[in-house]
Amino acid sequence: MRLWDLLYRMKALPAEYFAVFGISPQLALDLPELQRQFYVLSKLHHPDRFARASADEQRYALDFTSLLNDAWRVFRDPVGRAEYLLKLRGYDTADGRTNTVPAELLEEVFELNMALEEARDGDSGAKKQVAEALTHFTALRQGLDVERDHLFAAYDASPADTHLEALRSLLNRRRYIDNLVRDAQQALS
Amino acid sequence: MSVFQIDFGDTPDTPSRVVGIDLGTTNSLVAYLDLTAPHVIPGTNGSPIVPSVVHFPKSGEPVVGAEAQEALLTDPVNTVYSAKRLMGRGAADVAGELALLPFAMAEGSESVIRLAVGGRQLTPPEISAYVLRQLKQNAEAFLNETITQAVITVPAYFNDAQRQATKDAGRIAGLDVLRLVNEPTAAALAYGLDKRRNGTIAVYDFGGGTFDISILKLEEGLFEVLATNGDTHLGGDDIDDLLLRIALEDVATEWGRDLSADHEAVQRLRRAVINAKHELSTLPAATITLDYQGLEYRRNLPRDVFEKLITPIIDRTLAPCRACMADAGVTPEQIDEVVLVGGSTRIPLVRQAVRALFKSEPHTELNPDEVVALGAAVQAGILSGEVEDQLLLDVTPLSLGLETMGGVVTKLILRNSTIPASATEQFTTAVDGQRNVLIHVLQGEREMVRDCRSLARFDLKDIDPVMAGMARIEVRFLIDANGILNVSAKDLRTGKEQSVEIKPSYGLTDEQVEAMILESFDKAEADFNERQVREARVEADRILAAVDKAKQSDAWFDLPAEEQTSVDKAINELHLSYHGDDHVLIQSKMEALDLASRGLAENMMNSAVRNVLKGTKIE
Repeated sequence: MRLWDLLYRMKALPAEYFAVFGISPQLALDLPELQRQFYVLSKLHHPDRFARASADEQRYALDFTSLLNDAWRVFRDPVGRAEYLLKLRGYDTADGRTNTVPAELLEEVFELNMALEEARDGDSGAKKQVAEALTHFTALRQGLDVERDHLFAAYDASPADTHLEALRSLLNRRRYIDNLVRDAQQALS
Repeated sequence: MSVFQIDFGDTPDTPSRVVGIDLGTTNSLVAYLDLTAPHVIPGTNGSPIVPSVVHFPKSGEPVVGAEAQEALLTDPVNTVYSAKRLMGRGAADVAGELALLPFAMAEGSESVIRLAVGGRQLTPPEISAYVLRQLKQNAEAFLNETITQAVITVPAYFNDAQRQATKDAGRIAGLDVLRLVNEPTAAALAYGLDKRRNGTIAVYDFGGGTFDISILKLEEGLFEVLATNGDTHLGGDDIDDLLLRIALEDVATEWGRDLSADHEAVQRLRRAVINAKHELSTLPAATITLDYQGLEYRRNLPRDVFEKLITPIIDRTLAPCRACMADAGVTPEQIDEVVLVGGSTRIPLVRQAVRALFKSEPHTELNPDEVVALGAAVQAGILSGEVEDQLLLDVTPLSLGLETMGGVVTKLILRNSTIPASATEQFTTAVDGQRNVLIHVLQGEREMVRDCRSLARFDLKDIDPVMAGMARIEVRFLIDANGILNVSAKDLRTGKEQSVEIKPSYGLTDEQVEAMILESFDKAEADFNERQVREARVEADRILAAVDKAKQSDAWFDLPAEEQTSVDKAINELHLSYHGDDHVLIQSKMEALDLASRGLAENMMNSAVRNVLKGTKIE
């Protein structure tokens, strides 16, 4: 075996997505800067650059680039990024599925469900109600995103578990509202 | 001779050239990159376009291209066209289409179609391999070197099986397919080479059999595909079929004869409607003309009637365009440039539809028939390292998912993810001592298994027999840069590689492809040798004729007797080698004759000079 083939064989892949970009686990990422990094790393490691290299080099290029693409896809979405870090820290994020209604939303959700049902039956007054609920929940979600960004900054300043727990419950609430917004949009379209 | 010609030699360490191939539904082309730009390679008839048609005569070797196209009229049942439409598909998929095609499907074509042509049974990849081999030969003759590596383009919306089938075709043709590139992306590369600017571009690719739309972001030599969409069964063929059906009915009323079962008549009429379609791109009206068995059919087709007929077909391209813009997160106003690709974009109504949709004037500077092959050559240059300042980041057109409880598909990798892309999933056993786990992988956007395209079943074999739920098998699904799925598995308890047996739902197994390669290898060698012999003979004919003419001149009689003898001897030996099948021998005899006739040539030269001088004296 040639020396350089041996070196490639020994080269380990990054263990997680943050390591792909050479950064420590953090939440408030500068996306334009991260995108620049994504392009730089793509140009360096893409399989197209190794089409005539040894089998080991080709394998590494393929594995590294798929990790890079997966990492960029997850990171550019703040929710995906937060869920990824939670998972990395051992939190169960329920994989995007949730059934428990956040207690403070119980009443509003009940009303929306009623309105949705009536709208489905062709009640135009109910449609107006759904539209109002949609505006309400969209605003609620925006508020959560502001809160989320604060939590991101707080965690990056001091990576404490309390921030992650707060983040996890925020994401659960947000996911629930996401579903409500989607259902309301569907009923209106 | 090109100043850039460099002798790479034959040592295995020096890289050979990589060509770019556009394997189209109707036409195929091969292109290469020199130091300045990509160029298409002409075939023996001078045209770079090789019709994707293969004729399998009852006896003798299959014929490809323009010559085979003629056989569509004389021997339609043994002449295959539009084989690309059958790639990676099963019998049930193409039942409707085959009804219109003259060739017959063989028994047992459920997962791989087999066509019964020329007394043989051939799969679509084997048929496409004949076209690829022709392109390879054209490139070898033109570049005067052996070609073994290629980039082949595929419709962006091709699924895994269709991509795999294309790669198989390359392997059967003796080509190492370094990369499959999406056709619209290739077209963007061909355009980007001149422009080198940043912006968002849409590529509208409406070809013979497929439609693709891709939206890309260009930034500093990086071509990043944002989203792609399309229809792998929508193209110029559909327009031809529509016109053909109408014309057949029309002829039936006029002649009182139904021609639809008469393959030759159908092919003639097909050609007539295609001609009319082409004319209507520039003229306000065209005539569909059929002269058959003493009967005459003439139908005037004004452009407005034509446009009314094809509007539903053109409209089918618009929904994928809108979905693609939505996925890319761009509005028509944000698209800086629109590029047109494929012969069907010559139709004025198509251009009008594109203009209306994207609200900008589409680019047509490059020949829409050649632009994909040119882009493939650029990608070949990227892979060979000749092009260093450009890179393509493409996406997978379809979501990849697993069958889970209740026939539901759980998505693993979403459509428009940049490739290579991967996902891992853990599997366990349901019963004590269970040794196998079967994973069903699908492609598509729908929720239910029955609405998605089955890709393959992966059998995790020889799992350590443990209690139910104790096994931990991590399976990694990786879509490579060709858009083809690779699966590997690891037993997390032992850390060992887990063996996986792949059962593709559509397409050939590795073993079948290997067998086809072996079978075609001897043939390809024979084909190649035969061609070289043929070429050597043509050259020998030319030389022998020239020497014969020289022997009639004064120069021959001025030649010393021993030189005359050696020339005659060399002629004789060339004649003897001529009928053998050793092209190297023919070559060496030609060289010997060249050497022996040097004196004769010199004499002829001198007498020519003398004649000229004499002429001037007289004046």
